[in-house]
Amino acid sequence: MKLLTLNFLTCAIKTCKGSPASFPLHPRDSELEIIETDINLPFLKNILPRLTWDAVRTISTELGLPELPATAPTREDLVEPSSTSEDDAEEVPTQVAKDLHRLLLETCVKEGKLVCGCCEHEYQVKEGVANFLLPGHLV
Amino acid sequence: MAETDAQGQSYEAQHVHSVYEEIASHFSSTRYKPWPIVERFLEERPDGAIGADVGCGNGKYLSINDKVFIVGSDRSTNLVSIAKQHHQHLNTSSLVVADNLSLPHPLHAFDFAISIAVIHHLSTPARRVEAVAAVLELLKGAGGRALIYVWALEQKDSRRGWDEGHEQDVMVPWVMKGKKEKKTGSAKKGRRKGDGEEGYGEAAKEEEQAVAAVQDKTFLRYYHLYRKGELEHDVEEAGGVVVESGYEKDNWWAIARLKDGDGR
Ligand SMILES: [Zn+2]
Repeated sequence: MKLLTLNFLTCAIKTCKGSPASFPLHPRDSELEIIETDINLPFLKNILPRLTWDAVRTISTELGLPELPATAPTREDLVEPSSTSEDDAEEVPTQVAKDLHRLLLETCVKEGKLVCGCCEHEYQVKEGVANFLLPGHLV
Repeated sequence: MAETDAQGQSYEAQHVHSVYEEIASHFSSTRYKPWPIVERFLEERPDGAIGADVGCGNGKYLSINDKVFIVGSDRSTNLVSIAKQHHQHLNTSSLVVADNLSLPHPLHAFDFAISIAVIHHLSTPARRVEAVAAVLELLKGAGGRALIYVWALEQKDSRRGWDEGHEQDVMVPWVMKGKKEKKTGSAKKGRRKGDGEEGYGEAAKEEEQAVAAVQDKTFLRYYHLYRKGELEHDVEEAGGVVVESGYEKDNWWAIARLKDGDGR
């Protein structure tokens, strides 16, 4: 499961959703893997404003990955200045863009748990897929 | 059809969830052609939009538009793992296993959501409205749009032949062909048997008759067939506003937004 996904996941239990503690879910006992994808700079630039950067940072820290800056990079930070162009396709990604691509789209949780900070419920991740089906008494 | 919410849950577990789990790989092999309305909706989303595909099945809508990111979810672990195999090397999507009435998503965090051929599997009117509401509450107020697509009662030209006045709660057979099927040639069309709701099944019908039925295994899935106007009603009941709606190849569809969302 791509780390970007964690920006759009929370606890499946309804009563947790109003609580700030339920976002983001906390990875625990995680085994990570890299699944390579082609970097797509226009895609990264467009996704950027939709990120909850604090959540990206929290998750990155909890997974023991390198610390991220306090504020999100800007779209300009992603493009090599010399390559800036009207045509997205001509632009060259910076190291910041490459690192962001690696972190959000190539770094995947392969095995482990995602834990809700509100109710402590643990969701299992197996073979790269998180399972959010709830036991009957929690539905 | 079930009477109460609790009955609805266990009814669907037996007549919907466990069936999809069993037929997953065969089902998936018949699901490769996107419906035009869904394709159009996805292609019209702005670049960088974040979407949810609730009940994504084998994920055939996850890579239509490579400029958006979609979190796909499905109740069937087997369908999700098929979808994952096809999509893990793309940037455009990610997959989770989840129930459509207990979605693991933050509220109002998505630019768009789709629910394609899912809500007709809920077995009480209240659960169907709840399922629509669960899709709508994913949407951002500003510009958020959902596309919901359900099987129509009015489909007298389809091979099922249902029409106005027919019972709306039906059990629909899924025929899983034995090994013989693969030897009958015309591979792709031949694999579309039991493929009623696609609405492209004419060729499959002839083929079906030509193939011996000895090794077939039949599974029954529950469906609530929507009559004209019913989907729009459910959307409104769920707190949504229908922006556009219509009929496409044996299905009713509606594009909706939140009532308190803006009109953009
Ligand atoms: Zn929780």
